[in-house]
Amino acid sequence: MSSSRFMITVIGIDKVGIVAGITQVMAQYNVNIVDISQTIMDDLFTMIMLAQVKDESFDLSAFQQAMSEKGSELGVEVKVQHEDVFRFMHRI
Amino acid sequence: MMIHPEEILETINMVSNEHLDIRTVTMGISLRGCSHPDIDTFNENVYNRIMYYAKDLVKTTNDIQNLYGIPIINKRISVTPIAIVAESCDATDLTSVAQTLDRAAADAGVDFIGGFSALVQKGMTPGDLKLINSIPRALASTQKVCSSVNVATTKAGINMDAVALMGRVIKETAEMTKDNSGIGCAKLVVFANAPEDNPFMAGAFHGVGEPDCVINVGVSGPGVVNSAVRALKDPTLGDISECIKKTAFKITRMGEMAGMEVARRLHAQFGVLDLSLAPTPAVGDSVAAILEAMGLESCGTHGTTAALALLNDAVKKGGAMASSSVGGLSGAFIPVSEDQGMIRAVQRGSLSLDKLEAMTSVCSVGLDMIAVPGDTPSSTLSAIIADEMAIGMINKKTTAVRVIPAPGTKVGDMIEFGGLLGSAPVMPVHNFSSEQFISRGGRIPAPIQSLTN
Repeated sequence: MSSSRFMITVIGIDKVGIVAGITQVMAQYNVNIVDISQTIMDDLFTMIMLAQVKDESFDLSAFQQAMSEKGSELGVEVKVQHEDVFRFMHRI
Repeated sequence: MMIHPEEILETINMVSNEHLDIRTVTMGISLRGCSHPDIDTFNENVYNRIMYYAKDLVKTTNDIQNLYGIPIINKRISVTPIAIVAESCDATDLTSVAQTLDRAAADAGVDFIGGFSALVQKGMTPGDLKLINSIPRALASTQKVCSSVNVATTKAGINMDAVALMGRVIKETAEMTKDNSGIGCAKLVVFANAPEDNPFMAGAFHGVGEPDCVINVGVSGPGVVNSAVRALKDPTLGDISECIKKTAFKITRMGEMAGMEVARRLHAQFGVLDLSLAPTPAVGDSVAAILEAMGLESCGTHGTTAALALLNDAVKKGGAMASSSVGGLSGAFIPVSEDQGMIRAVQRGSLSLDKLEAMTSVCSVGLDMIAVPGDTPSSTLSAIIADEMAIGMINKKTTAVRVIPAPGTKVGDMIEFGGLLGSAPVMPVHNFSSEQFISRGGRIPAPIQSLTN
């Protein structure tokens, strides 16, 4: 693996508190935001974050579970994927 | 951000709505060191060897699935053709070897294990014959074992004795698994020019020129290609080809990345990436739907072979650009029972066995997952195999037959297999006899295409 950077995508109906809720979980797991973009696409709230993990003992599956639990609480879909999947598919 | 948000959402949409997945991660394991005259010792060697390499396969694959957020549907194992490694066994019945493979597959947690196989394109050794005769019992007494027999190559011609034998073996396998609609036949493939590194079942085996342990990856995505083609506004066929090529490129890149990471973590060599459009029973995840998106009213009508040729070629071109390790079958599969569009085409009368045969001359594999009436004579099954083998032999390509003469069924019945195997409408075969032709035996000599040296 070339890095420990993850792409976090949050998609759903817009409402107050999505960014706050999601980033709070990230802070708990010591996940740092490198880049962030948020927009409304096809009437859906769409937030994409490039996040970095420096902690050696980082537990990806626990983080993924916490993020999707927070997502369903907020009524949005949250995905945490290694950034390589996007790099390989869209860049040569 | 390095990647544009639209590209990120495109990838996510491919997975969430268009059924993009890594269809299989298949670990190839050489059993060449396992040979032993005593069948019990041999079986123990086989079990230990498989478990040694495959014990972490499922866990590692699941980790990769979570890391990248791309579903990996099947984890499988392929082994050296058992006919070769069991040649020196004293036993005449090799069913216990299949049961050993089944037990190893269950203990390793994989979905299927392939390699209960023999390569007999030019003739049979006693070991090959033992294996082929054991196939019906082996498939009837196991859950996860897949079997394949290569009866033809472009270099050797067609072994018609083996073709005749396989017709009888298929009938017997159907009979022995008749309580489950002849499902044993869904795990039995007859090949021409079988690839030695194919990760897809039921035809996977670990070729003799392969390393000790290898990871081969099969990526699929008919749903993604279908959506991409349908999104085009009034395209020419050139535009469609270009669109399929680009989509195939993206899918292949993703598959290669995941496959290499699995191989790295398991300390195995990365073998091939096989990009094959393998349909599933899910709606829209259909090769027939892609052909219909190109403008055909129903798959199987005139123009279908041309549309499929375009599709198959564009998939290969996109794949070949994306990875230096493209291998296996890499093309479009047309298994009838696993493709909603194909089933519908058969039911409304637009797709026949003869048209499917024509289609196999321009796409990967062949007559796949086709149910025929239970009273079809074995010589007719052999003749269907012979035709398909001839297409492979002359066109220097892989062809295969996986046909199910489900006992007690007649034309128009539906046979349910469940899961990825889907359900198959029973299709009519020609009622004129091929008996005399098949009973002649011998070999169809290697064609002029074989003289390339």
